[in-house]
Amino acid sequence: MRGFIIKEFYHIFRDIRSMVVLFGMPVIQVLLFGFALSTEVKNAPIAIIDHSNDQVTRAITTKLLSSGFFILSDQVPGEGHIEEVFRHGKVKEVIVFESDFASKLEKDRQAGIQIIADASDPNTANLVVSYTSAIIGDYQQEYLKGMSLPVTVRTESQMMYNPALKSVFMFVPGVITILLMLITAMMTSISIARENELGTMEILLVSPMRPIQIIAGKVLPYVLLAFTNALIILLLSYFVLGMPVKGSLVLLLAESLLFIVMALSLGIFISTVSNSQQMAMMLSMFALMLPTILLSGFIFPIENMPVPLQIFSNIMPPRWFIIIVKSIMIKGLGFKYIWKETLIIAGMAVFFIALSIRKFKIRLE
Amino acid sequence: MPANISINASNITKRYGDKTALDDISFDVAKGELFGFIGPDGAGKTTLFRLITSLLIPDKGSLTVEGLDTVKDYIKLRKILGYMPGRFSLYQDLTVEENLKFFAGIFKTTPEANYELVKDIYSQIEPFKNRKAGKLSGGMKQKLALSCALIHKPEVLVLDEPTTGVDAVSRIEFWEMLGRLRRSGITIVVSTPYMDEASRCDRVALIQNGKIMSIDTPDSIQNNYSRGLWAVKSDDTYRLLTDLRQFKSTRTAFPFGEHIHLSLKDELIKPAEIVSYLESTGHSNIHISKIEPTIEDCFMEMMGAESNMSATSQK
Repeated sequence: MRGFIIKEFYHIFRDIRSMVVLFGMPVIQVLLFGFALSTEVKNAPIAIIDHSNDQVTRAITTKLLSSGFFILSDQVPGEGHIEEVFRHGKVKEVIVFESDFASKLEKDRQAGIQIIADASDPNTANLVVSYTSAIIGDYQQEYLKGMSLPVTVRTESQMMYNPALKSVFMFVPGVITILLMLITAMMTSISIARENELGTMEILLVSPMRPIQIIAGKVLPYVLLAFTNALIILLLSYFVLGMPVKGSLVLLLAESLLFIVMALSLGIFISTVSNSQQMAMMLSMFALMLPTILLSGFIFPIENMPVPLQIFSNIMPPRWFIIIVKSIMIKGLGFKYIWKETLIIAGMAVFFIALSIRKFKIRLE
Repeated sequence: MPANISINASNITKRYGDKTALDDISFDVAKGELFGFIGPDGAGKTTLFRLITSLLIPDKGSLTVEGLDTVKDYIKLRKILGYMPGRFSLYQDLTVEENLKFFAGIFKTTPEANYELVKDIYSQIEPFKNRKAGKLSGGMKQKLALSCALIHKPEVLVLDEPTTGVDAVSRIEFWEMLGRLRRSGITIVVSTPYMDEASRCDRVALIQNGKIMSIDTPDSIQNNYSRGLWAVKSDDTYRLLTDLRQFKSTRTAFPFGEHIHLSLKDELIKPAEIVSYLESTGHSNIHISKIEPTIEDCFMEMMGAESNMSATSQK
C-alpha cells in the first residue's frame, strides 16, 4: 500500500502535464475569474441630465465626480437619447435629476434622482448604482445637518437590459467546486486508465493486490493533492480576491475533503467504464465539466431552469457543494444548516465507491 | 493428478466473439520444467498465457496451476505467479530501482529479501538503477521486467514473448538466465515466435491457429525429421528461392539466411540434377550440401509453407 502511494506520487510529480493541471490550472482559473469579476470600479464614464441645474444638483454632481469612481462623459442631449448612448457603450450610467430639484427638496422635503445603468454588464451596473446611491446618501446626511426636518432624496434605479441581475454570482464557490471536481475526477480516471493502457494493470491484477487496495492506492495521493489544491484556491480567494470566510474554516475544509473523496470515487467509476486515457478524459470533460458548469447553479440559476433540468440538477454533486461553500463562506452558517447537503454528498461518495469496487475488473474481460 | 504436475490444462477453449482463439487445448507442464510455446503471431499464445495467469476465463475446459483453479482460486494463485506480459509493462517514469521496489512491495516483500534470486539478472542493470525504465534499451528492459516478475519468488514464472524486440546478444543472455532459474526449481512457461529458441526448452509445444500441433522435447522433434535436407546457395539468393520453388521435384524450400533449405519429393534425386537445373536458369557459384535438420526445419515442416514464423538462427 505504502509503496503504491509513493509510486503514484512519482507519477504525478514527474509528469509536467499533471503538475500543470493540478497546480497551474487552479491558480490561473481563480485569478482569471477574480479579475474578470474585479470588485473595483474606477473612472466609470457617466452622463448626467440635470433638469434643474441648481446649487443642490450641482453639489451632488461635484461630489459624484470628485469621488474618483466616475468621470463625466459626453453630455446627453435629453432623456430620449439615453438608450442611444448606452448602445454606443460610451457610458455605464446616466443620472437624471428632476426639475426644480432644490426647491422641491426645500418645500416637499423630497426630490427625485433617476439612475439608469447599462446592465448588459450586470456586475459593473450593480456596482456603479450602489456607489452612486451611497454618494447621494452621503450628501443627504450632510444636507440634513443644517435642517430641522428630515428630507429625502429618492433615488430610483433602473437596470436596463437585465433588470433581475440574476447572473451576478459569487464566482468563487463555483470555481472551487468545478476545479475540485474536474481535477480530482479527471486525474484519477486518467491515472487508472493509463495503467490499463500501458499494460501495467495486467501485472497489478496478477498480484495479491485486491481491488480495494488498488483503488485506495489510487485515491489517497489525490486526496492529499486535491486538498492542497483546495487550500491554494481558498488562500487565493481570500487574499487576492478578498473573498470572506464568515463561517468556520475547519468546517469548510472538512466539507471540501468530503467533496474531494466524492469526486475521486466518481473518477474511479469513470475509469472502470472507459478503456483508454482518451476516453477517460473525454468522459470526465463531457460528463462532468459541462453539467457541472451548466446545471450546478454556478452560472445559471437553478430556479430559472425548465423543471426537468431542475430535477436533473439534483443529481449533480457540485450543486450541493456550491450551496455548502456559499453557506459557510458568505452566510457564515454552521453545520446544522448544511447537514442535508453534506449527507447527499456523503451518500454519493459511498455510492460511487461501492459501484467502483463492484465494477472493478479483476480480470481482463 | 500426479504430484509433479505444475500446470494442467484440459480441453480448454477460448473464443472472442465468433473467433476461436484457442481450440480444445490440453497439456501438462511438470514442476521445475522449462516449457516453451512456439508459434506465429496470432496463434493464441498470449490468450493461453492470460488464461494461465487467471486474467481470462476459459469458455470450456479447466486449467489448474499448482493445483489451484484459475477461475475459483485466482486469489491464491496470484500470490505464487510471476508474470511478464508480452508488452513491456513497467512504469516508464519510475527508475529501475523504484520499479523493483514497487513490485516487491505489492507482493509484500522487499528487493533485499529475495535478492539472491534476482542477483544474477539485476546485477547487470544495477549500474543503471537510477535511470528511468523508459530510457533503458530493449535488452535491459527485459532484464528489469524479469527481475520484477521474480522478486517475490514465484513458484511459477509465466513469460509472454520475453525476447521479442530484443537484440540477438541479449536474447542469448536472457535464455541463459532462464536456464539458471530453471535449475533453481522454478517452473517456467515461456512463449516465443523465434523457433531457434525452442532448443533451449525442456519441452516445446508448437501452437498454430489456436491448436497445439505437437508437444515434445527439442531432441526428439529433431530426430523425427525423416527426410533428407539440402542447403543450397548461389550468387543470387532471392532468385534462387523462386527458381527452386519452380523446380519440379521440390517439396519445400525455405530461406535460412544465405542458404535455401530444400527438401525433395523424390529422395533419390542427385545433387547434380539440382545443380544442372539451376545452371540452366542462369545461377552461378552454386553450392549444395546435405545437412542435418535444425529445429526450425522441423517446425517449418510441421506448419507447412503458409507460415509467417521468423527463422532467425542463421542470420
